[in-house]
Amino acid sequence: MEHSQTRTSEVVRSERLGSDIFRLTVLAPWIAEAAQPGQFVMVQPADGQDPLLRRPFSIHQVTGAGAVQILFKVVGRGTSLLSRIRQGGQLNVIGPFGKGFALPSGVEENICLIGGGMGIAPLLFLAKRLIGRSAVVGCRLVALLGARTGSELTVLQGEFQQLGLATAIATDDGSSGHHGLVTQLMLQNMAPGDAWRVYTCGPHPMMRGVVEICQGMAWPCQVSLETMMACGMGACLGCAITNPKDPNSYLHVCKDGPVFEMSEVAWR
Amino acid sequence: MTQPDLRVTIGGLELPNPVMTASGTFGYGEEFASYVNLHRLGAVVVKGISLQPRAGNPPPRIVETACGMLNAIGLENVGVDRFLSEKLPYLRRANARVVVNVLGDSIDDYRALAERLSDAEGISALEINISCPNVKKGGVAFGTDAKMARAVTEAVRNATRLPVIVKLSPNVTDITAIASAAADGGADAVSLINTLLGMAIDIRSRRPRLANVVGGLSGPAVKPVALRMVWQVARTVSIPVVGIGGITSAEDAIEFLIAGATAVEVGTANFINPRATEEILAGLIAYLKEHRLASVRELIGSLQLG
Ligand SMILES: Cc1cc2nc3c(=O)[nH]c(=O)nc-3n(C[C@H](O)[C@H](O)[C@H](O)COP(=O)(O)OP(=O)(O)OC[C@H]3O[C@@H](n4cnc5c(N)ncnc54)[C@H](O)[C@@H]3O)c2cc1C
Ligand SMILES: Cc1cc2nc3c(=O)[nH]c(=O)nc-3n(C[C@H](O)[C@H](O)[C@H](O)COP(=O)(O)O)c2cc1C
Ligand code: FES
Repeated sequence: MEHSQTRTSEVVRSERLGSDIFRLTVLAPWIAEAAQPGQFVMVQPADGQDPLLRRPFSIHQVTGAGAVQILFKVVGRGTSLLSRIRQGGQLNVIGPFGKGFALPSGVEENICLIGGGMGIAPLLFLAKRLIGRSAVVGCRLVALLGARTGSELTVLQGEFQQLGLATAIATDDGSSGHHGLVTQLMLQNMAPGDAWRVYTCGPHPMMRGVVEICQGMAWPCQVSLETMMACGMGACLGCAITNPKDPNSYLHVCKDGPVFEMSEVAWR
Repeated sequence: MTQPDLRVTIGGLELPNPVMTASGTFGYGEEFASYVNLHRLGAVVVKGISLQPRAGNPPPRIVETACGMLNAIGLENVGVDRFLSEKLPYLRRANARVVVNVLGDSIDDYRALAERLSDAEGISALEINISCPNVKKGGVAFGTDAKMARAVTEAVRNATRLPVIVKLSPNVTDITAIASAAADGGADAVSLINTLLGMAIDIRSRRPRLANVVGGLSGPAVKPVALRMVWQVARTVSIPVVGIGGITSAEDAIEFLIAGATAVEVGTANFINPRATEEILAGLIAYLKEHRLASVRELIGSLQLG
């Protein structure tokens, strides 16, 4: 019987990537070693009992030195508390949990990563795992990133580019890149006749848009979903979503996902 | 100092220590096996099991509240057949003492479940969740009516040789009356509390935060209420009482023992700290040593009044 850790980790780096976007790097080798792209961690926002529950965050990156990164936007009390943690502080992080992205088994595909808002978080980790294989066979590896405003993407776009990905961005306010939806970038960057494999994470309406295009083009697509979660480990059954294949049962995002094939999810 | 004696007996169920898990917060045990040595726990109480599998309620099913959470899972479970074939074997291999929490829509359901589970090997006791609606009686919860609570208890009692723990709902005017009814019906013990009915509203959309509108409150927020009820029930009935509600630390567990609980179940705390049960056990041992108590039984019901 393996023994997973619950001890507190040291925050070795704390960054602010936008007015309300933060990134924390914690030293948790047992998570870094086991983590797969698309998996998530459960983070305790503060000591004490209010807020009570852990918060789920995608694993944004892991480093060889045993560090794990999360990228988040302040949307409420928990993330506000997390945004105040500085380098040298402590954070209780457990995981990794869930089923991550399935890496392609074939090699003749172009791959497109499509992230909206904080949905970009897991895609950087995924990109790192994908660069090795696509470079070998000369397939295209593209990242399409969307955000409210350009400043939120400056650092992140640079990191995808450093890995060698072609990137394009879309912003709600038009301050940078395409003025509009990230889905509108798809057909500009992905020739319909080509074979593409798509990985996406972001707001539900955005992913629905991505899935509609992928269904039309017959491109395989994996999506990463969010729900409220109490435990993250399959115990509370709080993270249920409709199962389109069986009306008499629900899927559980923390265990069956958070990554699903687009066909496994009810989009209506 | 020698190790303190941690053994307790809950109506024929002998446990190596009084720290158990609360139903619905520990899955079927296996989910926690990488964090906790299941064999070391007093017992593992599994997610409530019904005769047929249940899908549960539509989402959203949970919402966080001040120092607590509301849930309306809707008793989703794999059903007794799959429990026996897929879930119980793991718990047996892990050498866990297994308490099966059961639920039904009718007295016949409870009786049938008790019979099925009594035939299986590797089950230490049954915990009867009587917070469920009685479909034949217009949906009134078994646990809110003393007559129905007694009738369910009797039906299960007559259908099994296993120790029977009746789990009480706090959503009643006088929980001691229901506890007495369970005792009269032949319960070996009572456990309390199940969740307190509550709700939460999103003021922007003016919609309930749970699809089910109402849900059960659990976590530290309910602890004072649970402790008060455990104390009242322990004074009223002569069968053992298992304390549940907002226990997150050894100190919390010790409060329940002092109030009269023979054992405790740890619920929502497992979500925040998956090692909560083992840490509570370690804290309890440290407390007994520090206070030079040879046995945990010296604590039970030791509340000093006046
Ligand atoms: C698998 C998974 C991965 C995630 N990855 C990231 C990530 O990489 N970066 C990031 O910024 N966020 C991520 N989230 C969302 C993140 O968990 C929530 O933003 C966070 O829990 C909000 O906490 P809070 O206390 O600040 O907000 P609260 O005060 O609790 O709530 C504020 C708002 O956020 C919503 N919210 C609360 N909890 C969740 C939740 N679990 N999922 C979705 N929305 C929620 C509430 O409905 C409310 O509208 C992820 C969620 C899941 C399920
Ligand atoms: C998500 C969740 C699911 C639960 N499911 C059950 C159940 O199936 N059967 C049951 O008797 N109690 C169930 N309970 C109630 C708990 O066992 C416990 O009585 C209650 O949560 C109070 O304890 P706590 O504050 O330590 O969580 C559930 C509680 C939660 C939070
Ligand atoms: S979050 Fe608890 S089961 Fe999925």
